[in-house]
Amino acid sequence: MTTRDMVFVALFAALTAACAVFPPFQAPFVPAPIIVQNIGVMLAGSILGARRGGLSLLLFVILVAVGLPLLTGWKGGFGVILGPTGGFILSWIPAAFVVGWFVERYWNRLNFWNLLLFNVIGGVIVVYVIGIPWLAVVANMEFGKALAGSTIFIPGDVIKAIVAAAVAMVVKRSYPLINP
Amino acid sequence: MSLPLAYAWSRPAARIQRIMFEISNVSQRFGERHVLKDISLRIGERRVGVIGANGSGKSTFVRLLNGLLIPDEGTVTVDGIDTRTDVKAVRRKVGFVFQNPDNQIVFPVVEEDLEFGLKNLKLSKQEIASRIDSILGKYKLEHLRQCAAHLLSGGEKQMLAISAVLVMEPSYVVFDEPMTLLDLRNKKLVLDTIHAIEQPIILVTHDLEHLEEFERVIVFEDGQVVADGAPDDAIRYYTQAMA
Amino acid sequence: MLSLYVPGDTIVHRIPAGIKLLILVIGSMALFVISNIPVHVAELLIIAALFQVARLPWKDTLRQLRTALIFMVPIFLFHVFLTDWMLGLETVLRILVLLLLAVLVTLTTKVSDMMDVLERVVRPLKHLGVNPSKVSMMLSMVIRFIPMMMREAQEILEAQRARGLDRNAIALLMPLLIKTLKMADDLSESIEARGYDPEPVVPVWKRRG
Repeated sequence: MTTRDMVFVALFAALTAACAVFPPFQAPFVPAPIIVQNIGVMLAGSILGARRGGLSLLLFVILVAVGLPLLTGWKGGFGVILGPTGGFILSWIPAAFVVGWFVERYWNRLNFWNLLLFNVIGGVIVVYVIGIPWLAVVANMEFGKALAGSTIFIPGDVIKAIVAAAVAMVVKRSYPLINP
Repeated sequence: MSLPLAYAWSRPAARIQRIMFEISNVSQRFGERHVLKDISLRIGERRVGVIGANGSGKSTFVRLLNGLLIPDEGTVTVDGIDTRTDVKAVRRKVGFVFQNPDNQIVFPVVEEDLEFGLKNLKLSKQEIASRIDSILGKYKLEHLRQCAAHLLSGGEKQMLAISAVLVMEPSYVVFDEPMTLLDLRNKKLVLDTIHAIEQPIILVTHDLEHLEEFERVIVFEDGQVVADGAPDDAIRYYTQAMA
Repeated sequence: MLSLYVPGDTIVHRIPAGIKLLILVIGSMALFVISNIPVHVAELLIIAALFQVARLPWKDTLRQLRTALIFMVPIFLFHVFLTDWMLGLETVLRILVLLLLAVLVTLTTKVSDMMDVLERVVRPLKHLGVNPSKVSMMLSMVIRFIPMMMREAQEILEAQRARGLDRNAIALLMPLLIKTLKMADDLSESIEARGYDPEPVVPVWKRRG
């Protein structure tokens, strides 16, 4: 890994943290408020690729765990990681990796639509596949109920996938950082 | 823009006591753009200024001097060491201060940032501590030792960046527009600091009045050296060409 | 430095960070193995006593627990209606013990001490090809970048608010990214100019002799 790679990895961890500044907002026809932060996950994967993107979120999660208040609402510490929603936070690491893996594979054929699909696979499906069973176990809930409770967040996550895909396509044109 | 003269004058190399930097037939391209076109220079003065419009190639030129860029064609040597063969040795010899102070501070706390370069030199703990003490004392930054870097003012940040380079005790120091982003008072502080440095320096700047006391000024235009000599003449030439 | 640490000089503060983290890891696993109401109540009392000993303000503790507490109400109600209330109570107590323990560690341990522990944990990974000095360098850089990025994000948010674009996520993210990607390039130049040259780390399976 070059010095430049290290700086970019650190940068996207910090970017994910900085997104905590943007307050959660309410979009029309979406039941739950949208938290801007996990867009950092999709962007890290789409812009840096699998290895660097995953590493970036690993750094972010480590810093949250050791007690920096980097999650929306200035939360942090082991409590969040071990709590009912901890699975969602931990899933950000493989999520960024998965988005990045697809992006690297399809780099030369990348367009808005397939990038949107990759963001949904990594940034939404992977997150729910890890986060929901975690919630079910920690809260002694049935899997189905945990799933039902989480569905209200899906529309917001899809909106984020759209934004991330649009932004990452512009960055790909003006500042490409993946050379397969 | 076409210039009235290709070389208005030229300083003979014989007057240089010792060649510090030798640039031989260097060309550099970024994609389609020919940024430097067959540059050859010998530098041995203690105070050298580099001026030119944005995009004239001056920033690319100074990045060759400490191996941040290795030229596509031609060679650059520092005290006889080729940047292509031993870039580490060259970087130890040539310190580099950049334009934006924010983008040079690597570590969260002032003291840690000063330590960074010294650790790269693999110095002993005592040596690191004593060098940091003396540099903080010299530039009156002692009170900022434990300060978080992001809380410093613009001028303090640039003074930290300069200290972080000087603490490594390089043989030469290159400054790439170090005052462009500062306010007037801090410009003066940084300029006075640069003038007082013992090592030979190369200063890239837009402000012509900064170069009045310099020994030599090199003017870049469209990837070529269009003027090279004493500051009065160079500055007159530059202002005429711009008019 | 941004951190959740509440300064103090109590016994709880003085326990080495490594021990605290170890207790937390073992404790979090034990909670799932031994789970019944009387044990959890006893644990809660012990932790409450430790909070007293550490002299932590309730405000900080509650702020960290707020979202989790909001989550616990539906979890409890879910069990009351669908399984039985005893299981609900047990679950909620278990989560509460775990969270309070974690918050206790977070509020009484300096981030720099945690980072030292982390470095020690990472060090053996060099046999797997992970360079510990690079890891700690990257962690430091993240801490350096965060306040910088937050300030940039805040500035962009204000600028776009003035233009009525503060609800447009692309108008917020695009300038933030372009500006900071440029910054990252400058910074890597500056790092290399200062002679950064980490020693390569060779994983076990590539070593010879």
